[in-house]
Amino acid sequence: MTETDRYVIKQISIFSENRPGRLAAIAKALTEENINILAFSIAEADGFGVVRALVDKPKKAYEKLTGIGFNVAFTDVIAVKMRDSPGGLYEIAKMLANVQINIEYSYAYTGKEGGVLILRVDDAEQAVRLITSLGATLLESRVFQ
Amino acid sequence: MMFWDPRVEEMPKEELQKLQYKLLKTLVYRLYSFSPFYHDRMKQSGVHPDDIQMLGDIRKLPFMYKRDLRDNYPDKIFVAGQDDLVRYHVSSGTTGKPTVVGYTRNDLDHWTASLARGLVSCGLGRGDVLQVSYGYGLFTGGLGLHYGAERVGATVLPTSVGNTERQIELMQDLHTTAIACTPSYLLHMGEVAEKMGVSIRDDTELRMGILGAEPWSDTMKARIEDWLGIKAYDIYGTSELSGPMFCECSEQKGFHVWGDLAYIEILDPETGESLGPGEKGELVVTMLQKEALPMIRYRIGDITSYDDGVCACGRTHPRVMRISGRVDDMLIIRGINVFPSQIEYALMAVPEVGQHFQIVVDRKGALDDMLVRVEVSRESFSDKITDLMAIRKNVEHKLRNTLNVAVNVELVEPGSLPRFEGKAKRVIDRRQL
Repeated sequence: MTETDRYVIKQISIFSENRPGRLAAIAKALTEENINILAFSIAEADGFGVVRALVDKPKKAYEKLTGIGFNVAFTDVIAVKMRDSPGGLYEIAKMLANVQINIEYSYAYTGKEGGVLILRVDDAEQAVRLITSLGATLLESRVFQ
Repeated sequence: MMFWDPRVEEMPKEELQKLQYKLLKTLVYRLYSFSPFYHDRMKQSGVHPDDIQMLGDIRKLPFMYKRDLRDNYPDKIFVAGQDDLVRYHVSSGTTGKPTVVGYTRNDLDHWTASLARGLVSCGLGRGDVLQVSYGYGLFTGGLGLHYGAERVGATVLPTSVGNTERQIELMQDLHTTAIACTPSYLLHMGEVAEKMGVSIRDDTELRMGILGAEPWSDTMKARIEDWLGIKAYDIYGTSELSGPMFCECSEQKGFHVWGDLAYIEILDPETGESLGPGEKGELVVTMLQKEALPMIRYRIGDITSYDDGVCACGRTHPRVMRISGRVDDMLIIRGINVFPSQIEYALMAVPEVGQHFQIVVDRKGALDDMLVRVEVSRESFSDKITDLMAIRKNVEHKLRNTLNVAVNVELVEPGSLPRFEGKAKRVIDRRQL
């Protein structure tokens, strides 16, 4: 397994119309398959949105959601561990800025591993290499999946 | 009472019908001899020019449809040669191919004369300033009204469409007395004027509107007349007939169809059976003197009724009432004809969205607003919002290019639009006319 494979996490992205009930429909489908959502966010545009989620069984989630008609795609993201105290995000963000890693989008959660910053970057392989070389901790994909 | 061409306009009905028969006979012989398209049509229908023995025999002749123009794009059914053509106009077709209309010098003269009679009949003339706010260019509205009004000696202000605030300024500065545009655009103008602190009723000299190119109701007419303090006259036409052709007279009880230029029938759209005065049906028009692109028993697709009595204005030519609907699914958006089939055609060029679509038409303020919903295909869905926005923009651009009217596009989930077996109902029209 390469370094990239070890750290790259399969996020599911779901196309959703911007109207009441769509998130409930997604969540219900995942419930039925006993899929746990570890983190998620909603990106909204004019009239539609993209629901992004880290789940414990991405393949199963993909099949279930596609089966009931949703448009679903896998997207590679990485998860950086953050110190869960003031300045934690700054440390990571400063580091990414220093090595010129551009963030396409990002969301965060605080769990039993502490603070976690989920990142979507242009070049995951390069980001994995740079972040690990700078001594920051990336969560391995098996932690989630 | 003013007439432009009193000899024709007041011609006794019997004499008018004799003239129509003579013109029809000549037309049919001409087409049988010189139009391979119509010659074949007549042969297929088993009718020969000699079978036309009286005006009513027109019912023996085969119909023409918009698809005939599409199938013979661009000019295969023109009867005039290139040397005799002096102009083209182009309008939307039912699919990707537009409809091209060619004009000889005589065609333009007849078009202008028809409008000159109509404009005089509703009181336009020397001393008037007519603001032509129909589009100029490929669309027939602008140039048609332009030459008609010049012919009767009115001063034309060719503002064309758009830039409403400037239109209102010019209306005040140049003392516009009459305006030609779509009824919804005039209402929009009234709203914009109010925002500018201008009352069209009190602060301008506008006294009449020559309104058409889209369906409108008695309610809209009353609102325009009461609110803006003007008289609203209906004008009717379509590019295949030359353009805007027939206009209401001062009586405002339907537009006069000049019998020396056109013969009208109202048919039951289902059975093709001929209907009498006052009965609602499909308008079928035969252009008796058109040269470059003759139209015989042309089924435009508009629903209306007619009145054959002599009008109180003294004109003997039949009147056709304001159009009340369509036999097909054609929409008129801001005066532009839109066929759902055009959208289907345009979407074929965008693989990122499926072939299913839904059209929602509404009035935002006074103006039409068209929304097209399309499904994002599974293959093209990416997590990137910018990619999705680009797909939407691309669809909007393609539709705009095909339809010549601005469209908003909404991306929806695959499988979420209604599927149809048989005739699709893809249009939700929420406009209250």
